[in-house]
Amino acid sequence: MKITVVIPAWNEERTVGAVVHEVRQYAQEVIVVDDGSSDGTGEVAAREGARVLRHAANRGQGAALQTGISAALARGADIIVTFDADGQFSASEIPRVVAPIASGNVHAALGSRFLGTVYGMPTLRKLMLKAATVFTSRTTGLRLTDTHNGFRAFSRRAAELLALRQDRMAHASEILHAIAEHRLSFCEVPVTLHYNRHTLRKGQRLLNAFHIVFDLAKERFLKRT
Amino acid sequence: MSGLPARFMVIQVILLVFIFFAILRTVERYRDRAIPVRWLLFWVLFWGVVAVAVLVPKTTEYLARLVGVGRGVDAVLYFAIVTLFYLVFRVFVRVERMESDLTKIVRELALKKEREENSNDKTQSPK
Repeated sequence: MKITVVIPAWNEERTVGAVVHEVRQYAQEVIVVDDGSSDGTGEVAAREGARVLRHAANRGQGAALQTGISAALARGADIIVTFDADGQFSASEIPRVVAPIASGNVHAALGSRFLGTVYGMPTLRKLMLKAATVFTSRTTGLRLTDTHNGFRAFSRRAAELLALRQDRMAHASEILHAIAEHRLSFCEVPVTLHYNRHTLRKGQRLLNAFHIVFDLAKERFLKRT
Repeated sequence: MSGLPARFMVIQVILLVFIFFAILRTVERYRDRAIPVRWLLFWVLFWGVVAVAVLVPKTTEYLARLVGVGRGVDAVLYFAIVTLFYLVFRVFVRVERMESDLTKIVRELALKKEREENSNDKTQSPK
């Protein structure tokens, strides 16, 4: 069974090398999508043995994720894991996230920091994520404890159904909408998150929450025109 | 020529000059095939209406009475705002489409390059 880890990365040369190095121990293939970085993200990732795809221009995390998933499918992945390049996840938890898919029980396994352990999360961030979870659980009808966690695993069938159109951060909600729409079986898996200065700088700020809601509203509206 | 004022006001001259250049630019754009003929007609008609309103301000009062707003100036303002909203919406929709097309192209390029590198790998190291 081929496990491919997809890592979208934008200007992460400081962390992506170590992340790829660790992740390789738990996967047959690591695909890093360098989303138009202006630093050496792509080179660092390639040196550590990742297969690197490069976006000629920055298109956002959702766009990079979809490119990576398409590449993984084309290269015959059976299970696709999505992972972050900033080092906030633990690679050693990949087997635990993959297990429910490998056993054929579900099509999607979603990491949850609120079922697992979190280190160093600021209160405002926590409130924001809780609010996002309530909002997204309402709009998708899925019972979840953490809707905006980039650590996930998909069966090949689920990955084929995804087809992300949200280029920026709203793809997290889009994934859940796709799961609900296609009635894909899913489960949540506890994962550990390590926040540090670097991940906080790159992570979601409060203002972005409004961008995400706007992006989602736009999608709904434009689809009908 | 009852509606025409005896003397042009400065604002009227400025507006007429502006309209003249706006129409000129639109015709140039049409000649360069940058816009289709229906948009040329729309804009020429639009600026024509504006020119009439500038030359004979009383016509706006007629329009105002027709739609039931008090003054001619108000009617023109309402009309202008609605037009602007519509144009902004069109631009908005177009930008969205271009953004998503751009993503498709960027993705396709990245995947294509990956496929090529992949086939090179295979031919170079046939182990």
